[in-house]
This record gives sequence, structure tokens and C-alpha cells, in this order.
Amino acid sequence: MAWVLLGACRTDMHVQPRYKSLEPSPFFDDGRSARPLVEGTVARGHLRIDEHLYTGKVNGVDVDTFPFPMDRAMLERGRERFNIFCSPCHDRTGSGNGIIPQRGFRHPPSNHIDRLRKAPVGHFFDVITNGFGAMYSFASRIPPRDRWAIVAYIRVLQLSENATMADVPPEARVQLQREGP
Amino acid sequence: MAQIFHRSTNILSRLTIYGALFILAGLVWAAYIIYSSPYFTEVNVARQQPVPFSHKHHVSGLGLDCRFCHTSVEESSFAGIPPTETCMTCHSQIWSDSPMLEPVRASYRNNTSLEWTRVYQLPGYAYFNHSIHLNKGIGCSTCHGRVDRMPLTYRENPMQMQWCLDCHRNVERYVRPREDVFKMDYVPPGDQLALGEKLVKEYKIQKLTDCTTCHR
Ligand code: HEC
Ligand code: HEC
Ligand code: HEC
Ligand code: HEC
Ligand code: HEC
Ligand code: HEC
Repeated sequence: MAWVLLGACRTDMHVQPRYKSLEPSPFFDDGRSARPLVEGTVARGHLRIDEHLYTGKVNGVDVDTFPFPMDRAMLERGRERFNIFCSPCHDRTGSGNGIIPQRGFRHPPSNHIDRLRKAPVGHFFDVITNGFGAMYSFASRIPPRDRWAIVAYIRVLQLSENATMADVPPEARVQLQREGP
Repeated sequence: MAQIFHRSTNILSRLTIYGALFILAGLVWAAYIIYSSPYFTEVNVARQQPVPFSHKHHVSGLGLDCRFCHTSVEESSFAGIPPTETCMTCHSQIWSDSPMLEPVRASYRNNTSLEWTRVYQLPGYAYFNHSIHLNKGIGCSTCHGRVDRMPLTYRENPMQMQWCLDCHRNVERYVRPREDVFKMDYVPPGDQLALGEKLVKEYKIQKLTDCTTCHR
């Protein structure tokens, strides 16, 4: 009986002297238990020595190659990530007419304009990493390998938006013609 | 000396002894009802937040994916509450002078944290992990309900031990295909048990009911 009633009390073990993620802390001045990095240090596993992989540049110039091979699984991953993070503004096809610009955000350019079709892949990587004009950086939300997957998927979108029947493998052509565009 | 109590009072004392059992049982029952009532478990009680953030508006209205904001839910135990920067991705331009959003802008300007009132918070002695549940085909809506219909976030499930165990013992009743875990409007098929048993085999789901699974 007493046990049942006591079960309703929240004490002791309920609050333990450790922090769950993002719990407030009375110890630090800014009240955050998740500590920002001390200046000049690098967290384990976060050392960024591979310039190509982490900045999309070599000697300060945008690269036009991927730092690791792109396969089908990577492209699928890129599509998923693009649809999560980019499509609200850029639309699922990359046209730039997503729902957020429709509600008043600055309109992004279409990914299918000539300038962006000719831009090296490093440029896209740089835009995701550092932001571009009104567009915020996504570096803290999307890890580098996923950023590359998204870039590869943008290339796929650019191809598909400008594809002709000649680019379609013969097996698939019949089906396309039957279903129409 | 005459007896103080007449013989007939014996029946009264028997009644009280017997009745005490019922009173006791009644109290236990009342305690249980209070323990599992919304008053105690806070189910369906919307929280006051520093900013009236609406999942209904952002998820159903704008079609945002959970992972746009809760970025770590697939890889980590912690789903993640979005930092102010995430809100500012859009609100730097949208409703950028609405007084409702002033706390968000202030937090961004001064580099301070927005202090959201937590809706779900397990006690310190219980361990939970999001990534395993998603990878084994348990959808957000199974545990958190139709978040996409909540103007202010509230608790859908009590998150008491009994509730966790009910699923851990009978996973086949709740599991869904992995690719549907983020789908808010997922409806289990008519033959859920058949599908469930197939998926339990396919995803190699164990029945985790040892105390040390969650109390470690
Ligand atoms: C909140 C809306 C928003 C989101 C989300 C967003 N962008 Fe943008 N993006 C913009 C806007 C607005 C511009 C135009 C910026 C300007 O000109 O000031 C832009 C520009 C760009 C450009 C063109 C840069 C150039 O050279 O003109 C690229 C490429 C791009 N975004 C890629 C992405 C990718 C990849 C993602 C997903 C990881 C993404 N964006 C997510 C709004 C967004
Ligand atoms: C635009 C950003 C955004 C999106 C998209 C989003 N959320 Fe949230 N979510 C938040 C914020 C901010 C909070 C904290 C305030 C609150 O509790 O309402 C939160 C809180 C929650 C909580 C309660 C956490 C707690 O314990 O306090 C749950 C559960 C949740 N979200 C689930 C979801 C699900 C499921 C989806 C996808 C259908 C989703 N969210 C999409 C921003 C977002
Ligand atoms: C992807 C873009 C985007 C992100 C990210 C975003 N919002 Fe919004 N939010 C909007 C848009 C667009 C509207 C206005 C909707 C409309 O005009 O119909 C809005 C409306 C609102 C409103 C107005 C109240 C309402 O529901 O009508 C509040 C408050 C709000 N957002 C808070 C937040 C907070 C807090 C965050 C960060 C956790 C956030 N938003 C993240 C796009 C976004
Ligand atoms: C098996 C049940 C279950 C599923 C499935 C689930 N959650 Fe949770 N969620 C919880 C529990 C339990 C907590 C409280 C965790 C704690 O206090 O340690 C929680 C907490 C949260 C929080 C608050 C932050 C945190 O991690 O503590 C957010 C946000 C959240 N969930 C979002 C989601 C989203 C988005 C999904 C789907 C992708 C999801 N959850 C799927 C049970 C679940
Ligand atoms: C709707 C079903 C469901 C609910 C509700 C549920 N779980 Fe689970 N849980 C699972 C499944 C499925 C697994 C994976 C089992 C396996 O690994 O084979 C799992 C695994 C776990 C694990 C093992 C993680 C690891 O790293 O070993 C923990 C811990 C856990 N759950 C805690 C909880 C807690 C705490 C709650 C209640 C707040 C809860 N679960 C509610 C279905 C559920
Ligand atoms: C699936 C995860 C899970 C397993 C397995 C589990 N527990 Fe729990 N337990 C919880 C959670 C979650 C709570 C916190 C409930 C709450 O907040 O009300 C809890 C709370 C408790 C409490 C505190 C009383 C209460 O109900 O709040 C006791 C005692 C306890 N557990 C004992 C055990 C024992 C003994 C076992 C093994 C037979 C066990 N638990 C197995 C998840 C689990």
C-alpha cells in the first residue's frame, strides 16, 4: 500500500546528477549543459585535414570531382537528404519554387540555369557548407558525406531536367512513351 | 457487571474488519487511477512554450520533414531539439517582424538558448534510444501520436514502464516497414499481425524485457 502511494512521489533516483542532452545547467554561466568547443581545439573524429572532402576546394579553388565514388546507394541517400533539407525552398525538382518562397522567402535561382549547370561540384558543396546570400549554412545539420550525396543528386536533377529521348535506355523508352511525360 | 457492548455489536466489528479490506482496495484503485490519469501522466496537456511553435503549421501546412529540425533522430539516442539557427533559416525573412517570434530573434542575436518546455522526459534511471526504434520499424506516430495535428505539442502516451513493455512483449502489433517510420498518416493494414510477424523475422527483432535493457 505504502509502496503504491510512494510510487507516486518523484524523488531521489528520478533526478540524477548527470545531464541528459540539452538539460539546463546551473553550473555554467550561460546555463547550457552542452558545452561549445574550447577555442583552438578539435573534437575527436572531427579533424578536418582532407581539404577536398571537407571544403570542396583544393588550394582555394572549387573542385569538379567527388572525393569518393558515387554509386546508386549514395544517390538514393542524396535524393532523400535533398527532399528533407532543400526541397522546402528549392522544390523537389530544384526549380526554386518551393513552398517557403511561396510564403514570402527570397526566391532561389533554378538549379537548371546555365550558370549552375556549368558550376563545378565544389561550388554546390560550398553553398551548403557556408550558405549563400539569404540561404543559411547547413553545415551543422548535414554531415560532409551527405552534402556530397546531395551535390551528386543535384547533378542528376540537372541531367534529368535537360534530358532528351536519346538519353533514355531503350528498355525504358517504350514505357515512357506509353505513360507520357 | 453488565456487558458494555450488546452482543449485536459483534456484527458491527465484523463488518468494519471486512469493510476495511474494501476501503484498502478502493484506495489502491484510486491511487492507480490517479497514477495513470492525465493529471499525473500529463497526457493531452499542451505545454506553454516561449514561442507558440506549431507542428500542425510547419509539418502539415508546409510539409517539412521531421528531420529538417530533429536532425539526429536516426543516428542517435537523442532526437534533438532544433537550435535557433534552424528557425532563423526561414524566419530571417518570414514573419521577421512578428512580435510572436521576438524570443527567437533575441536568442539568435544574443547567442542564448531558447528554453523549450520539455514534453517527454524520462526519469534519470531509464534509458531510451531513438535510432534503434526507427531502424527496427517503429514509427514516430506510434509513440508520439499525430504530431502533425498538434498546434502546441502535447503528450500522446504516458511513457510509463508498462507502456514500453507492452510493445517490447508484442512488437508484431506495432512494427511497420522501415521506409514508413516518418509517415504521420500511416495506417496499419488489416492484417497487421501477419505483416508484423513477417517484419519481426526480417528485422530480427528480439523481445527485450530484461530490466537492464532500460535500467542501466
Ligand atoms: C530556407 C530556404 C532554403 C533552403 C532550405 C535551401 N536553400 Fe538554397 N537558396 C535559397 C535562396 C533564397 C537562395 C538564393 C540566395 C541569394 O541569392 O541570396 C539559394 C541559393 C542556392 C544555390 C545557388 C547558389 C548560386 O550560385 O546562385 C544553390 C546551389 C543552393 N541554394 C543549394 C541548396 C541546397 C543543396 C540546399 C539543401 C541542403 C538548399 N539550397 C536549401 C534558399 C534555400
Ligand atoms: C520546423 C521545425 C520542426 C519540425 C519540422 C518538426 N519539429 Fe518537432 N519540435 C520542434 C520544436 C521547436 C520543438 C520544441 C517545442 C515543442 O515541444 O513544441 C519540438 C518538439 C517535438 C516533440 C516533443 C519533444 C519534447 O519532449 O519536448 C516531439 C515528440 C516532436 N517534436 C516530434 C516531431 C515529429 C514526429 C516531427 C515530424 C512529423 C517533427 N517533430 C517535426 C520543431 C520541429
Ligand atoms: C522551412 C522554413 C521554416 C522553419 C525552419 C521554421 N518555420 Fe516557422 N513558419 C514558417 C512559415 C512559412 C510560416 C508562416 C506560415 C504561413 O504564412 O502560412 C511560419 C510560421 C511560424 C509561426 C507563426 C505562428 C503560426 O503557427 O501561425 C511561429 C510562431 C513559428 N513559425 C515559429 C517557428 C520556430 C520556433 C521555428 C524553429 C523551431 C520555426 N518556426 C522554423 C516557416 C518555417
Ligand atoms: C518507441 C517510442 C518512440 C518512437 C518510435 C519515437 N520516439 Fe521520440 N521520444 C520517445 C521517448 C521515450 C522520449 C523521451 C526520451 C528521454 O527523455 O530520454 C522521446 C523524445 C523525443 C524528443 C525530445 C528530444 C529527445 O530526444 O529527448 C523528440 C524531438 C522526439 N522524441 C522526436 C521523435 C521523432 C521525430 C520520431 C520519429 C522519427 C520519434 N521521436 C520516434 C519515444 C519515441
Ligand atoms: C511500439 C513499440 C515500442 C515501444 C512503445 C517501445 N519500444 Fe523499445 N524497442 C522496440 C523495438 C522493436 C526494439 C528493438 C529490439 C531489437 O533490438 O531487436 C526496441 C529496443 C529498445 C532498447 C534497446 C536499445 C539498445 O541499444 O539495446 C531500449 C533501451 C528500449 N527499446 C527502450 C524503450 C523504452 C524506455 C520505452 C518506453 C519509453 C520503449 N523502448 C518503448 C519497440 C518499442
Ligand atoms: C522497455 C524498457 C523497460 C524495461 C525492460 C524495464 N523498465 Fe522499469 N521503467 C522503465 C521506464 C521508462 C520507467 C519510468 C516510468 C515513468 O516515468 O513513470 C521505469 C520505472 C521503473 C521503476 C520505478 C517505478 C515506476 O513505475 O515508476 C521501477 C521500480 C522499475 N522500473 C523496475 C523495473 C524492473 C524490476 C524491471 C525488470 C523486470 C524493469 N523495470 C524493466 C522502462 C523499463
